Amino acid sequence: MRLKLKQDYFEDIELFEDRVPIFWSVVLLGFLFALPFFVKSYYLTILMLMSVNAIVALGLNLLVGNTGQISLGHAGFVAIGAYTAVLLTKAGAPFIVSFAAAGVVAALFGILLGVPSLKLEGPYLAIATLAFGLAVTVIIGRMDFLGGRMGVSVPKLSLKWTGLKYDTSLYYLIIIITILLTIFTRNFVKSRIGRAFQAIRDSDIAASSIGINLTKYKLLSFGLSATYAGLAGALWAFYLGFISPTNFNFILSIMFLATIVVGGLGFVGGSIMGAVVMTFLNIQLENITDVPILGSLIEKFSEAFMMHSAISNVSWVFTGLILILIVLFEPMGLYGIWLRVKLYWKTWPF
Amino acid sequence: MILQLIISSIVAGSIYALMGLAMSITYKASEIPNFAQGEMGMVSTYITFVALSSFGMSFLPALFFTLLFAFLLGVFLEFAFIRRAKNPTPLSFIIITIGFQLMLYGFAGWKWGADQRRLDLPFSETKTIIQAGDVTISELNLATVAIAILMMGGIYLLLNKTKLGLAMKASQQNEKAAQINGISTKRILAISFGISSMVGAIAGILVAPIITLDPSMMWDPLLKGFAAAVLGGMKSLVGVVIGGFMLGLIENIFGFYISIEFKSVVAFVIIVVILYFKPEGLFGKHYVRKV
Repeated sequence: MRLKLKQDYFEDIELFEDRVPIFWSVVLLGFLFALPFFVKSYYLTILMLMSVNAIVALGLNLLVGNTGQISLGHAGFVAIGAYTAVLLTKAGAPFIVSFAAAGVVAALFGILLGVPSLKLEGPYLAIATLAFGLAVTVIIGRMDFLGGRMGVSVPKLSLKWTGLKYDTSLYYLIIIITILLTIFTRNFVKSRIGRAFQAIRDSDIAASSIGINLTKYKLLSFGLSATYAGLAGALWAFYLGFISPTNFNFILSIMFLATIVVGGLGFVGGSIMGAVVMTFLNIQLENITDVPILGSLIEKFSEAFMMHSAISNVSWVFTGLILILIVLFEPMGLYGIWLRVKLYWKTWPF
Repeated sequence: MILQLIISSIVAGSIYALMGLAMSITYKASEIPNFAQGEMGMVSTYITFVALSSFGMSFLPALFFTLLFAFLLGVFLEFAFIRRAKNPTPLSFIIITIGFQLMLYGFAGWKWGADQRRLDLPFSETKTIIQAGDVTISELNLATVAIAILMMGGIYLLLNKTKLGLAMKASQQNEKAAQINGISTKRILAISFGISSMVGAIAGILVAPIITLDPSMMWDPLLKGFAAAVLGGMKSLVGVVIGGFMLGLIENIFGFYISIEFKSVVAFVIIVVILYFKPEGLFGKHYVRKV
């Protein structure tokens, strides 16, 4: 048994509790960086998608999990980031400029959306954010210089100087940005601002009575969350190579929310786990008939009772079922399971 | 022309109001915004479709079976999922209903495919009832408005004049006190889910002939109905109905005179602006929460 007791308040805000997570983090980093030399580029694209989703999830989790506000319109911020990046890259800006601009523009819109949301909560806030998400896609669809509804193709980044294949260098770029943002977020939630967010989530009235400026911190939370989504949007655009307003529909917003709920609300690790698992599931569920045992059962059932040509809809049924089961049986999400398992082994055999 | 616009706003508004009422009933009972409402109505409408076309029933028995199914579906949602939630937060209910929505959407797509089907009701869209000048009212428009008004009256009577309505109000206002007085609050909640699902099914049957019957047909009415309910104040029945008609009016007037493409966006933007000044909706009562 190896339990470490905390003796100092500052140990609460340390990035790593002891040397074990540092070791495993280094192993994971080494694995991620060595991966392009071993696997096909198909797997790299999956990992890129996971990373981009993880960035959105990190930001959304700050807003939903840490500050306790809900957003059903995050796809709107992703769209804003993606289109900003594309526009600037087409105008000849280097990657770092268009990437940063994507974050800044999304943040401005986040603060803009945050203003009416200050007074709202529950379903009222849900409708306001949902309206924003819908409005963004309709307005982008109307703007001809953004490609309108037909979409726009994204210019390739100039990554020749790395001397690697385009896919590989894009992979490194996305992975490095994701890792930096993860470390930043982990520090951030333990900072003064991060703790203010949590106070607002637990009780906004109590928080304001101990001197937390609700307006400032709620706007900050919206802005920061939107920044993450904007940055992810920029990376997403470069990863996909082609974007259109239909990419950023209401379903995408729901999937982002689902990602953090499955992963674990309010945990940085939860955002990452949720993004990895949900992305993987989405890809797997599209070819559910290839899954051993279950796949053939579903196929038989489908042939007997359902419209067999529409079997791809099964993925919706399973996604919905997973969401419900996670909320019912593990409200802390996958990260909650991980914490329980960890605690079990730390205190084993008691 | 303005008259025709007002008529189509009233038709759209009555559907929004019905969806809004369906959401409002469960929200009043449990503070759960039911995002699955639209999909529950959609699946129920498919039941009508199957009863009419595959079993060759006439309309009224088909409607009976649809409403029965819708009621059971609502009770199922409450009994199987909502009731099982441990230490629920508002967000976990939203996730549960979104999960149920995705399940129903997938199920309908799997069972009936994405084909757009025609639901044949006894009142048709092409038959004109009133024609005065440039104003035409079709049979379907008239039936939609009439059924919606009947439903609104029915819901009002049910919630305000019956024992069941009283029990619903009691269990919503103070769960413990209601239980002490012998009300099974869980059963009441299940029944309110069933009733709201029936209202949603009626809305679905009225929507299906206007836009064809397919698994995604209720997306728009759900969001608009929800928005209408929020606009009027989720907990006020009168407010929800007025919100529904207002939304229909705003949408149609704007769509005709300014831009048809932005009509739904503008409706939402107006709602956000109104919510900024009245956060609890136009007719909602303001609650002050305590720590």
